[in-house]
Amino acid sequence: MKEIVIISGKGGTGKTSLTASFAMLAGQTAVIADCDVDAADMHLLLKPERIFEEDFYSGVAAVIDQDKCIQCGKCQEICRFNAIDNSTGQYLVSNLNCEGCGYCGHICPVGAIEMIEQNVGKCYISKTKADNKMVHAGLKIGADNSGKLVAKVKHEAKASAEKDGKEYIIVDGSPGIGCPVVSSLSGADFVVFVTEPTVSGIHDLERVYQLVKKFQIPSGCIINKADLNEKVSKDIEKFLADNEIIHLTNLPYDESFTTAMTKGQTIVEDKTSPITASIEQCWQDLKIILEK
Amino acid sequence: MTTSIVCLIERLKMKIAIASGKGGTGKTTVATNLAKYLSENRKVVLVDLDVEEPNSGLFLNGSLMNQKEMFKKIPNWESENCTLCGKCQSVCNFNAIMKLGENIMVFPELCHSCYACSELCPTQSLPMIPMKMGMLTEYKVEQLGFVGSKLDIGQEQAVPLIAQTLDYVDEMYSDDYLKLYDAPPGTSCPVIEATKDADFIFLVTEPTPFGLHDMKLAVETMRELKKPMAVIINRYGIGDAEVEAYCKVEGIDIIANFPNQRYIAELYSQGKLIYPHVPEFKAELLKAADYCKHLVKEN
Repeated sequence: MKEIVIISGKGGTGKTSLTASFAMLAGQTAVIADCDVDAADMHLLLKPERIFEEDFYSGVAAVIDQDKCIQCGKCQEICRFNAIDNSTGQYLVSNLNCEGCGYCGHICPVGAIEMIEQNVGKCYISKTKADNKMVHAGLKIGADNSGKLVAKVKHEAKASAEKDGKEYIIVDGSPGIGCPVVSSLSGADFVVFVTEPTVSGIHDLERVYQLVKKFQIPSGCIINKADLNEKVSKDIEKFLADNEIIHLTNLPYDESFTTAMTKGQTIVEDKTSPITASIEQCWQDLKIILEK
Repeated sequence: MTTSIVCLIERLKMKIAIASGKGGTGKTTVATNLAKYLSENRKVVLVDLDVEEPNSGLFLNGSLMNQKEMFKKIPNWESENCTLCGKCQSVCNFNAIMKLGENIMVFPELCHSCYACSELCPTQSLPMIPMKMGMLTEYKVEQLGFVGSKLDIGQEQAVPLIAQTLDYVDEMYSDDYLKLYDAPPGTSCPVIEATKDADFIFLVTEPTPFGLHDMKLAVETMRELKKPMAVIINRYGIGDAEVEAYCKVEGIDIIANFPNQRYIAELYSQGKLIYPHVPEFKAELLKAADYCKHLVKEN
C-alpha cells in the first residue's frame, strides 16, 4: 500500500482538481483522504455518499465555575493569550482566544477552572462516484486546526485501505507549511507538488519543498498552467532538476478545469479533452514510480 | 447601506482585512493593487499576515526600511537546582516538555509559550528564552508602507508570528494610516488571529463551486467574530452566478468584480501589479477604493 500526498504550498494551483482526477482514475484501487480540512472541496467533485460519521474532539478550553470563582484575577494575570476577560464583572473565557494550555486551571486557588474537551468537527467516511472510499472532515468554524483532525482523517484512511486491501491512499493536503501540512505529510510514501509558473507559485513551492525535504519523502511535480509564463516554467523545471524532484507533467492554462468544476465534475470525465490524456498518462507514470 | 456598516461610524481607526476561505482566489492581487492605488492619495500600510506563504512582497518593489528577526519564548532547562519532580511535564498540555531519565527535554516546535512549566516550576529551573521563529521585513514602496513576516520552515505555529507582526504595525504606524491586512486562507486559528483585530473584512472569492463553498465558510467565520464584511469577486465571468445569488440572499455587498482575463494571469505570473496595465481591472479597483474611502469617511 502506497500513500501519495498532493500539496501545493500556494492555494489555487489546481491541487484539488488534480487530486480528484487521480481519485477518478484510481477507482476501486484507492482510498481517498481530504486533509484540506479548513477548506475541503473535493466532495464537490466526487459526490460522496456518507456511510459513517463521527464527532471529533481535540484539545481543551478553560471554563470558569462562577459559583466557585472568588474574583482574585490570578487567571487573567497569567494568561498569555488574553483569553480571560472581566469587563462584565465576571471572569469569562473567550473560546476563540483560549489556547487550551491549562495554566489558569493550575493557578486558580479555589479550583474553579475546569478544562473541557472541545468538539472541533466531524470526520466522515463516504463512498464516492468513482467507487472508492473517501475519508473527509469538517472543521468547526474558528476551531483549532492543530493537525489532529488531519491525523485522524489519515489514520481512518489507512485503516480502511488496510482492511480492504487497497493499493493506494490518495491524500489532498492543506496549503501552507504549518501544522496541518506537517500532519498531512507524516507517513507519506510520495509527495506530488502541484505548482503554477507565477512568482508566487515558485516561491511557495520552494518553501514547501524545504519542509518535504526535512521528512525525506521522494517527490514529483506537476506544473499546471505551464504556458502562462514560459520563463518561470523553465525556472521551475530547473529547480526540480537541481533538487531531484521528478517532473511529472506540464498542463496548459485551460478554463475547462473550471467548466468541469461548475458541472460538479473532474476534468478527466471529459474524455475528449487533451488534458484528460495528460492526466491519465501522469497517473500511469506515478504508479510505475511508486512500484520502484 | 447595511446596519453593520453604520456601526463602524462610531469607530476611529480603520483596519481592513482581506481574506478568503479558499486559497488562490486573488487575495494578494486585491491587497497589493488596492494598497498601492490608495497610497497614491493617502497614508496606507499593507501588512502580509499570510506568514506561511507570504506573497504580497513579490509584487511590490520598494526600498528596505527594516528587517527584524522574530522570536517566541520557550523554556530552557537549567539542571543545577532541578529536583526532577516532573511538574513541568504534568502541566504541559502540548507534550512539549518531557522528563526522560535524569534529563528534561524541551520540544520547541510544540511549545505554545504559555509559561506554565516555567512559572510553576518549584525551583525556577525553566527560565523562558527567545527562539527565532521567523523574519519581519518592512519596505517603503513610494508612498506605501509594507510590512510582512515569513515563518521559518519547520515552525508549525503561525499565530504567534501573526500576533507579533500586528503589534509591530500598531507600534510603528499611527492611527491615521489605513491598515490593510493580507490574511492567510482557511477558517482556523491563523485566520482568526489575522482578522480579529480588523474593523472590516473584504472576502475575495471566485465565482465557482469551490469559491462559493469556501466563501460560505469564511462568511460564517466572520459572523462568529461579529465582523462586518463585503465581497470582491475575482475572475468574474468564469464559472457561474451562484456567488452573486448567495450574496444577495445573505445581504452581503459585492463591491467589485475583477474580470477573468488570461492577460491578468500573465501579469500576475510576472509579479506585476495589474491596474496600471488593464483599464477594466482599474475600473473595478476604483469601486473597491471608493468603498474603502466611504468606510473611512464614515469613521
